[in-house]
Amino acid sequence: MGELTGRLDPLTAMASPGAAMAVGPWQLARVVAVRDETPSAKSFRLLLPEPVAFLPGQHFVLRLSAPDGYRAQRSYSVASPPSELPEIELTVERLENGEVSSFLHEQVVPGDELEVRGPIGGYFTWDGSTSALLVGGGSGVVPLMSMVRHARRSGIAERVRLIVSVRSPAELYYASEMEGPGTAVCYTRVAPPGSRRPPGRLAAGDLAPFLLPEATLYICGSSGFADAATDLALELGVPAEMIRIERFGPTG
Amino acid sequence: MAVFTRGFSGRRTERDPRLPPGQYDAGSEWPVLNAEATPRLDTATWNFRIEGLVRTPTSWTWDEIHELAPSSYEGDIHCVTTWSKFDMTFSGVSVDTLLEAAEPLPQASHVLAFSHTGYTTNLPLPDLTGGKAWIAFEVDGHPLPVEHGGPARLLVPHLYFWKSAKWVAGLRLLDHDEQGFWERGGYHDRGDPWLEQRYQGD
Repeated sequence: MGELTGRLDPLTAMASPGAAMAVGPWQLARVVAVRDETPSAKSFRLLLPEPVAFLPGQHFVLRLSAPDGYRAQRSYSVASPPSELPEIELTVERLENGEVSSFLHEQVVPGDELEVRGPIGGYFTWDGSTSALLVGGGSGVVPLMSMVRHARRSGIAERVRLIVSVRSPAELYYASEMEGPGTAVCYTRVAPPGSRRPPGRLAAGDLAPFLLPEATLYICGSSGFADAATDLALELGVPAEMIRIERFGPTG
Repeated sequence: MAVFTRGFSGRRTERDPRLPPGQYDAGSEWPVLNAEATPRLDTATWNFRIEGLVRTPTSWTWDEIHELAPSSYEGDIHCVTTWSKFDMTFSGVSVDTLLEAAEPLPQASHVLAFSHTGYTTNLPLPDLTGGKAWIAFEVDGHPLPVEHGGPARLLVPHLYFWKSAKWVAGLRLLDHDEQGFWERGGYHDRGDPWLEQRYQGD
């Protein structure tokens, strides 16, 4: 990659598309469905009292409140596409010692009410107007899935390509939707029987066939995954300004 | 509205008084969070500038900024993603020293900090003056690693750490508040961790 010093216009290069998005107020959402995605990930479908417009890639903050006033809040990416329904689906990975994620996994059932607020985030979003290559590691596929589902629902599936890196088939989110020419799954530890690709980390050879000259690259995953995927893309000649990264940090 | 979540009591242990609400101690970890590809900046061509509502728009090369009086911060940092890190030492130059050279005009009230990557973040000017902000080149006695904003980042440790722009290129003084990268996406314009100002309206 080239040196970036002084070559970008600092005030436009990372400008968010469009104007600032308003973050709505706290809403009391009702849990209408809970679904297992993997042994450590569940999706929670929430019915909101008011519809909230959001873009694929954005996240919502979820807040838990104890009777004595103690609160804990975390942000979770929306996995569902924008729709006319006042519903969002959040996929939550259960983190070891995660105060909020453990509670959601162990305690929350349909009918429960949860406070949410959003949408948050204006940069790691895709509005459907450009082509996009989505690269997700593990739970990093969640915001990318909102983009893929949006594309498929809107009849513009050909604008989006998705590569997912997971350790094993059991850890693959949304497995039934990971089919077709626009998607690829890279297994890093255990590949399914009959797989042509031996298990291994995401490599340039996995990424290269999916590159399109005009596509924005959306990378989401752990910090290590995001760095590795970014380095691969830069080696393959993707300009740095075409890369958008969302890192899933240790939040709990 | 007295809302509480069915079955939730929280997992509270005795909290370190240095932790703002909703934060945890990251210990020896220093998580990396940036939305753009990490840039490789060359100190031979690096520069930092102060522009906008100042009497003397000023820029410094790497060597020039190192000739200014050094200044350090010893203390804690707090990231909006809920980790905090205690007892850090950052060294560099006080923003006061730089503003003294550039001479802010009386109507300057806010600052848009911008980075060599195009990242931006907005701050009220008083949050950058009075010994509260630095341009940092070193952390814990070593050159600031590139993934943490090296060769130089803005350091405003009393606010959430996204205000401490990595790979900082300059400060633009304004007479109004102009939202930066995360702020346009819903994050707070000031970001005081002790008031838990994470998102707009908090």
